[in-house]
Amino acid sequence: MTDARPARPMVGFFVTCIVDAMRPNIGFASLKVLEAAGCDVEVPAAQTCCGQPAFNSGDDAATKALAKQVIAAFEPYDYIVVPSGSCASMIRSHYGELFVGDAEWEARQRAVSDKTWEILSFLTDVMGYLPEGVRYDGVATYHDSCSGLRDLGVHDQPRKMLAAVEGLSLTPLEGHNECCGFGGTFCVKYSDLSNAIVTDKSEKVEATGADMLLGGDMGCLMNMAGKLNRRGAEVKVYHTIEVLAGMADVPAICKPEKMR
Amino acid sequence: MRQQSHLFKETAKQALADPTLKIALNRTTGLLQRRRAQVIDEFPEYAEARAAAEKIKTHTLEHMAHYLAQFEANAIAAGAQVHWARTPKEASEIVIRICREAGATSATRVKSMLGEEIGLPDALSEAGIERVETDLAEHIIQLAGDPPSHIVMPAMHKTHEQVAELFREKHAEPSEDDDVTSLVESARRELRQKFLGADVGISGANFLIAENGSIVTVTNEGNAELTVTPPKTHIVTAGIEKLVPSLAHATVFLRLLSRAAIGAEITQYTTFYNGPKRKDDADGPEQMHIVLVDNHRTEMLGSFLRPMLRCIRCGACMNHCPVYASVGGHAYGAVYPGPMGSVLTPAMRDLKSTKHLPNACTLNGRCKEVCPVNIPLTDMLRSLRARQHDAGLTPPVTKWALRGWGWLARRPKLYHRVTGLAVFVMRVWSMNKGRIRRFPMAGNWTRHRDLPQPELGTFMQQYKRRQGK
Repeated sequence: MTDARPARPMVGFFVTCIVDAMRPNIGFASLKVLEAAGCDVEVPAAQTCCGQPAFNSGDDAATKALAKQVIAAFEPYDYIVVPSGSCASMIRSHYGELFVGDAEWEARQRAVSDKTWEILSFLTDVMGYLPEGVRYDGVATYHDSCSGLRDLGVHDQPRKMLAAVEGLSLTPLEGHNECCGFGGTFCVKYSDLSNAIVTDKSEKVEATGADMLLGGDMGCLMNMAGKLNRRGAEVKVYHTIEVLAGMADVPAICKPEKMR
Repeated sequence: MRQQSHLFKETAKQALADPTLKIALNRTTGLLQRRRAQVIDEFPEYAEARAAAEKIKTHTLEHMAHYLAQFEANAIAAGAQVHWARTPKEASEIVIRICREAGATSATRVKSMLGEEIGLPDALSEAGIERVETDLAEHIIQLAGDPPSHIVMPAMHKTHEQVAELFREKHAEPSEDDDVTSLVESARRELRQKFLGADVGISGANFLIAENGSIVTVTNEGNAELTVTPPKTHIVTAGIEKLVPSLAHATVFLRLLSRAAIGAEITQYTTFYNGPKRKDDADGPEQMHIVLVDNHRTEMLGSFLRPMLRCIRCGACMNHCPVYASVGGHAYGAVYPGPMGSVLTPAMRDLKSTKHLPNACTLNGRCKEVCPVNIPLTDMLRSLRARQHDAGLTPPVTKWALRGWGWLARRPKLYHRVTGLAVFVMRVWSMNKGRIRRFPMAGNWTRHRDLPQPELGTFMQQYKRRQGK
């Protein structure tokens, strides 16, 4: 795929429903870094949700309708870039299961799926981008969200880019590849179970002594930040792209604005 | 074991409230994960072996009838008797009939999940036949009156401190000390005589080998050999999916099974049994019976669940499952717990009574990643959810919430207005504290964690504003 990359690719940015509502800063940080990496970026207005909640709840008809909307909105672009491993994986790895036997939509779906990327892997693997002149003083630890890690192979890319951030060091997280207990609707359907899992995760995050927890998926980050904050932990939670964009100057997820 | 998957929410809650269970689970799953990672790391051909194993199983399943017929013919030629059982009930009835014909009053048993699947422990006690579990962990849970909570380590839910207490209470000559070696000694004293006095020895099989009619057991304690050799009758119960074409094929799985299961390159004992005692053999059973069990396996063969029949019962999926690690095996309320159980149980029972199992999963995919035969467990769990949806089993609240969400999400303009309004309400509600402690309709979230305070406007609203400038 990288062979045929246009000199200045036109990227359609899919913000995802969670980032849209809960953390627009991740979206703006994404636009900033994508542009710095040499992309022209557009945000199609006809976007809402990728359909993952319906898909994981077994409602394939509703999923299909939403998938068609995504495909139609994003097929004009060279790439579709998503600041979430799980939404990117939904489009890239799972849309194919929806249109088996529907030749027209199968072809359109495949074209869109093949050019959909999780943002951290897109920046590294497609654009060969490394941040320059970005500074963040502190010690961070990294959680690998499951879909990005297992469906899309996102592991080295964020670490490589974060290594280029001045003043930042990374400390390993025990169980960095273990689920945080979010699981989409799982966290509300099986609230107590989800809580047990995110409690274990929080203990491991706190044990690192890091100032900051980073990751690439707002669902998981919101779950971990929500739990860490409830436990009274000081650790600040950010999406990796916020740090890479030099935009981790806003309050961390679940943290209040500083008193001035 | 009593089927109670429909009570999953309650049983999970009880499990979460048990601190000793958590200690037991953390100790064992943590150790198993570390040991597995290490031996896989030291096995350079792992990826090739895994791919080969998947291919062998896929091929065998495609030609199931052929290999089953070949296995049966060769087992009979070796002197064994082969029985076919469609249901668990049929299978346990065949076993009891053979016990009765052998005049058995006691039977030794080697740990076998298939035995649990067909309800053999209950069937034996109902028939008045003393059941002696010879596997250490099975002996522990037999004394405790518990069903297995793990398919390889059935007593995973117990700490060794609890086992020491149990042995002190139940053993004739318990050891003074509580260390693991002393506990093993105590169990050995208790069991040894029973091994030698049993009338029938019952085992499962890790593999059935079509080319020569052999069955294979893989153990660490040597109890399989001691269970099936002294008694006059050896009964094997096995699911038909245990079939592999040849001895050479079996070795591919032997290299994977113990690595995936316990993080060891090989187990202490791998034994191939080919028919009963022959004329010039020094020892061995006079009769060997092999009971082959279907229990919905042929239905699975013809459905989207076929890949599940590749399963070699290593337990790696449950050792790496965050849900299993939180609640242990009993909470699933079924013979097979964890990810593989959440696929198998609905297939062997029905969608409705087992509806929690495919849903009580974060779809994180680690189970599939560690599966030595690459079973797409998460994909099948998701497909089971789709079957539940089509069967109208989705709870009404979830169904209507999703329907409303889907309707709205297909109308982007309206969607952006509604989400903008919702975000505004949440922002006001948060009173600028950065987080929300309680929020109507999000009680299941805020009961355990905070919600972040949203920014002033959704991304789409802010973006539109900026573009308008």
